Amino acid sequence: MENRAIFSGKLLPYLLILPQLAISLIFFYWPALQALQQSFLVQDAFGLSTEFVWFENYVNLLQTREYYQAIGVTFVFSALVAVFSLTLGLLLAVMANRNIRGVQIYRTFLIVPYAVAPAVASVLFIFMFQPGLGMIARALQRSGVDWNPVLNGTHAMILVVIVAVWNQISYNFLFFLAGLQAIPKSVIEAAAIDGAKPMRRFWTIVFPLLSPTSFFLIIVNITYVFFNTLGIIDTATGGGPNGATQTLVYKVFQDGKVGTDLGGSAAQSVILMVIVVALTAFQFRYVEKKVHY
Amino acid sequence: MASVTLRDVSKTYPGGFEAIKGISLEVGDGQFCVLVGPSGCGKSTLLRMVAGLETITGGDIDIGGRIVNQIEPAERDIAMVFQNYALYPHMSVYNNMAYGLRNRGMGEPEIDTRVQEAARILELGAMLERKPGQLSGGQRQRVAMGRAIVRQPKVFLFDEPLSNLDAKLRIAMRVEIRKLQRRLKTTSIYVTHDQLEAMTLGDILVVMNGGRVEQIGNPLEIYQKPATTFVASFIGAPPMNLLPLRSDEIKSQFAGVSRVTGDAGLLGIRPEDFVISSDGVAGGIALGLTVEAIERVGAETFIYGSRQHEGQGIAANPGELPPGEVIVRIPGAIAPAIGERIRAIAPREKLHLFSADGRKRIDL
Repeated sequence: MENRAIFSGKLLPYLLILPQLAISLIFFYWPALQALQQSFLVQDAFGLSTEFVWFENYVNLLQTREYYQAIGVTFVFSALVAVFSLTLGLLLAVMANRNIRGVQIYRTFLIVPYAVAPAVASVLFIFMFQPGLGMIARALQRSGVDWNPVLNGTHAMILVVIVAVWNQISYNFLFFLAGLQAIPKSVIEAAAIDGAKPMRRFWTIVFPLLSPTSFFLIIVNITYVFFNTLGIIDTATGGGPNGATQTLVYKVFQDGKVGTDLGGSAAQSVILMVIVVALTAFQFRYVEKKVHY
Repeated sequence: MASVTLRDVSKTYPGGFEAIKGISLEVGDGQFCVLVGPSGCGKSTLLRMVAGLETITGGDIDIGGRIVNQIEPAERDIAMVFQNYALYPHMSVYNNMAYGLRNRGMGEPEIDTRVQEAARILELGAMLERKPGQLSGGQRQRVAMGRAIVRQPKVFLFDEPLSNLDAKLRIAMRVEIRKLQRRLKTTSIYVTHDQLEAMTLGDILVVMNGGRVEQIGNPLEIYQKPATTFVASFIGAPPMNLLPLRSDEIKSQFAGVSRVTGDAGLLGIRPEDFVISSDGVAGGIALGLTVEAIERVGAETFIYGSRQHEGQGIAANPGELPPGEVIVRIPGAIAPAIGERIRAIAPREKLHLFSADGRKRIDL
């Protein structure tokens, strides 16, 4: 039988969740509601008059070409970052899960990038990829690639993807490694005796057993790419060139903070929230069914 | 069908720890061999070496006439049942059993025949579509067995397969494993720390201690003639009583036995070989005991007594060794009271004599 302490009274449980609840309410729900309210308002440039305009902000938004470009950029960017950071994280975790000399050192160093702030990571990569100065950029140019992320949108996208992936791999690595170590060794051995070669063992046993971890990481990664890459993009490309790396969240920041179009920016925030909630709900609904716990 | 032969097999870990110190062993075709010993004696390591899950650092392992030292586990034609069953949690019972066959490229109709046959033998028919998480411990155990038998391997390896089951189920499964092995006549090696399992399952018993073999033989032979005091106290429950004897005591007790030298030794008597009696003991032994504790288990009773210094028969030597506790096993539930003095006797033919270090048996 399970031993449980039982507390009488209805107050205690609420008191215990109060701090977490308060943080969520003050820092997430309140601003979210404010954004919702603001998305229906238009303010003049000096903030002297505010007008309630119903859905005008949304209508304007949906009529601008840049907004659709930002949606496209966001999906390309998040797909690339999620795919690469997950597969590379998994690959490194599988490697580091083997019994090799110095494995603890590898594991430690593989986690270090996560401790680097996104903006700082960006700066590091800007140096390396700076056309004319960066060592990698020069190596690329010497091998015949006309590398220039400042002018070439594709190159800019590659640069921010590399920074975001590099920054996120550690996190995925850590979770995949923990997931791998939770798989009983005897199950792998049983598969080996059952005649499964290492690759087949991985795809038929290890990978399915990692699916709860993978599922969790997919959601976390998508959320990461949608929101937390703001610093990377701002530092590395500033959304350019010509909006090639302007993601939805970066556009919210640009229009609201820099362009002071608070209403339009708030409308974008609301749409972004809806997209992320829908994505997460979709994943829970359809992907989770394929997860074996 | 195959025999398994180990020739001077050893295992030294990179750190220098010798897990297996040179073991030679032959398991004949269709025989059931049980490796038994306390935890850390190397029995599981030895089994895993036969399976190919551990490398060997010396000697040869021969399965069915082929030296398999460097051969992958999958190529050794063995099947293993693990202590925690090691079922694939994301696969149904059917797929758990079919997995090894699919990996070998067997056709689905043949797989189905084999899985259904195994399910019938193990009474798993109703559970083929369930996942391991929905099964009880005993059912999981049977799936693990099923996964082994569908392959029809040359050798079954069992690594303490019953230790996660409750006592009642363990006995039932023990009988089932024995019946199954008799029926399939597959050479088997079985690891356990439970001496009762070892006694009841094995054709050959290998008693291991500290990476070495203490004794190999059939179970009854080992029970009746343990080669060392380790075997004597490990096989049989409660363990054999071992009493230190001085050389003069040995001389007077076993005068006329040519093999007995004048050295000090250890006298062994199994608890069940004692009788509480005041009769004479020509050539046997009589101990005066004070009853300290009594365990009644229904059909029999265990009496824990301490030896009296001035008792009849052999006196303890207080200077060298503390007077040992002696366990006497008597049938029925009628026992003396605690604190009572009793006299336990054992006939000459039930006595075991070992060298003082316990490493050598001296036949009487």
